[in-house]
Amino acid sequence: MLSYKAIYVIVLREFKRFFRQRGRMVTTIARPLIWLVIVGSGFVNLIDVDTGANYIQFILPGIIGMTILFTSVFSTISVVWDREFGFLREMLVAPVSRVTIVFGKLISGTALSVFQGTILLAVAPVIGLNFGLSDFFLMFIFMTIVALAITSLGLFVASFLTSLEGFNVIMNFIVLPMFFLSGALYPVENLPAALQLLSYINPLCYGVDSFKHILLPGGGSLSAELPLYVDVIFILTFATVMTFLAALVFEKRK
Amino acid sequence: MGVIEVKELVKSYNGVRAVDGVTFSVTEGETFGFLGPNGAGKTTTINILCTLLGFDSGTAFVNGFDCVKEPLKVRSSIGLVFQEVTLDNELTAEENLKFHCYMYNMSRQLANERIDEILGVVGLADKRGTIVKKFSGGMKRRLEIARGLLHRPKVLFLDEPTLGLDPQTRTNVWDFISELKASLGTTIFMTTHYMDEAEACDRIAIIDGGKIIACESPGGLKRSLRGDTIYIKSTDDERAAVELKEKLNLSARKIGSGLSIIVESGEKFIPKIFESMETPILSVSMKRPSLEDVFIHLTGKEIREYQAVAPVRPHR
Ligand SMILES: Nc1ncnc2c1ncn2[C@@H]1O[C@H](COP(=O)(O)OP(=O)(O)OP(=O)(O)O)[C@@H](O)[C@H]1O
Ligand SMILES: [Mg+2]
Repeated sequence: MLSYKAIYVIVLREFKRFFRQRGRMVTTIARPLIWLVIVGSGFVNLIDVDTGANYIQFILPGIIGMTILFTSVFSTISVVWDREFGFLREMLVAPVSRVTIVFGKLISGTALSVFQGTILLAVAPVIGLNFGLSDFFLMFIFMTIVALAITSLGLFVASFLTSLEGFNVIMNFIVLPMFFLSGALYPVENLPAALQLLSYINPLCYGVDSFKHILLPGGGSLSAELPLYVDVIFILTFATVMTFLAALVFEKRK
Repeated sequence: MGVIEVKELVKSYNGVRAVDGVTFSVTEGETFGFLGPNGAGKTTTINILCTLLGFDSGTAFVNGFDCVKEPLKVRSSIGLVFQEVTLDNELTAEENLKFHCYMYNMSRQLANERIDEILGVVGLADKRGTIVKKFSGGMKRRLEIARGLLHRPKVLFLDEPTLGLDPQTRTNVWDFISELKASLGTTIFMTTHYMDEAEACDRIAIIDGGKIIACESPGGLKRSLRGDTIYIKSTDDERAAVELKEKLNLSARKIGSGLSIIVESGEKFIPKIFESMETPILSVSMKRPSLEDVFIHLTGKEIREYQAVAPVRPHR
């Protein structure tokens, strides 16, 4: 059913494209740092000291979540891109199942996200967080499943889109609300009830919450809000369902 | 049963039939050509056979596998050179070819051997490491063909493969394909705009408006015309046509700026034109039947308009 060599070469191609487009890498690394420095230091003194973590520390999990969100979703643009420039047909006519192609795209989006998230982790000790090797491994695992969930969502949506323009419009409508409703910049419990409801169907919200569990010291109002096992169950379920749907749509659409 | 079996195939786009009840069969090792004007349904048929496109009714089998029910098995036994360029512009020539090899599950060593060989055939050996974005249109076309020939499929689909290539490369590519055919018995299904390539096919199907209007060997098609074609240019084609009908009982066909008539013996006929016709004649030329004539005769379309195509997509 799955052809590993094909998956390997699909992933390799995405990585080559990513590293050849310098601008893409610079943006995805510079953007989170700008947020941390400018937003973080702007708010840091507005908020009480006795909140478990200071504001810059508080938003690091959210900014890592943001990086994963942007990288994962925008890596799926390659599906639309490939369709527009014909390369998708080269893949579709090859003797590999559609699921193989979906997995190739899924793994490359996930890996690129985790790669960037890992770079950002270097900031943790710099802003005074207590961050050990086991935390690093935990983060690595959680970033992977969160990136998987978001990439599969992106793939599912991208499978329906035929133009790059449409992709940008639709994805921005999905990406920005997902970010603002993820608890990245403020605790979800501060939101009005209706918006809280939206947050609780947002996979990124559970992702950011799990990062807070690992990165933040805990206690006070600026810390994780849900039990970690709830985060794990939601993210894994979401990733599985979305991967399945994306594969299904890919199979049906020609 | 043939390597390709198509029966009563129908495919419509928004109610318009692009392929309209096509039936044909290609035997193993045969070179089968599709000849037809733009929009005739050639690419649509190829896409269906390569499982890239569904269809409304009929049946399509390749290598004994059903294109609808067993697409993966069909794809395992075919190769396709697309009409338009479908390369990745951000990768080098070699990376594009490697991508293909791995998609077709080749070992690294085999991939390298094949890539060396094929780059030589299309004359791109020194462009191996160049990013495809920097290629000219013709070079992209060459790489596109090279890629389709990398794995050795049992059935090779070529959708106007050599359009826009220089004569030298065309010869090289065809020599290589003939070698493949000779050593592996590859079956070839192709569409082409070049009459000499069509002549080289074992059989040709002439397709127009989604329907096959003739399907025979090039020799058979030419014999079906039974005679020489005479092209007449005059100051007034309408009047000349009427005169031909009235005085010589011949129905002329209007093509572009002139008339064509088919007569049994051209040499004996030409003097008669000048004897009997009053409309001033500007020029007369005669041709033994060629595939072009068959094509014009059957489709009513002149070859010039048929050749005017831009296959390479614009760069963006
Ligand atoms: N995706 C599509 N949507 C709508 N109509 C289409 C589509 N693809 C092809 N057609 C129509 O189907 C008909 C057959 O197209 P096809 O591409 O098979 O022609 P062709 O014989 O390959 O022509 P050419 O010599 O120009 O390559 C044309 O009338 C075309 O407009
Ligand atoms: Mg075509």
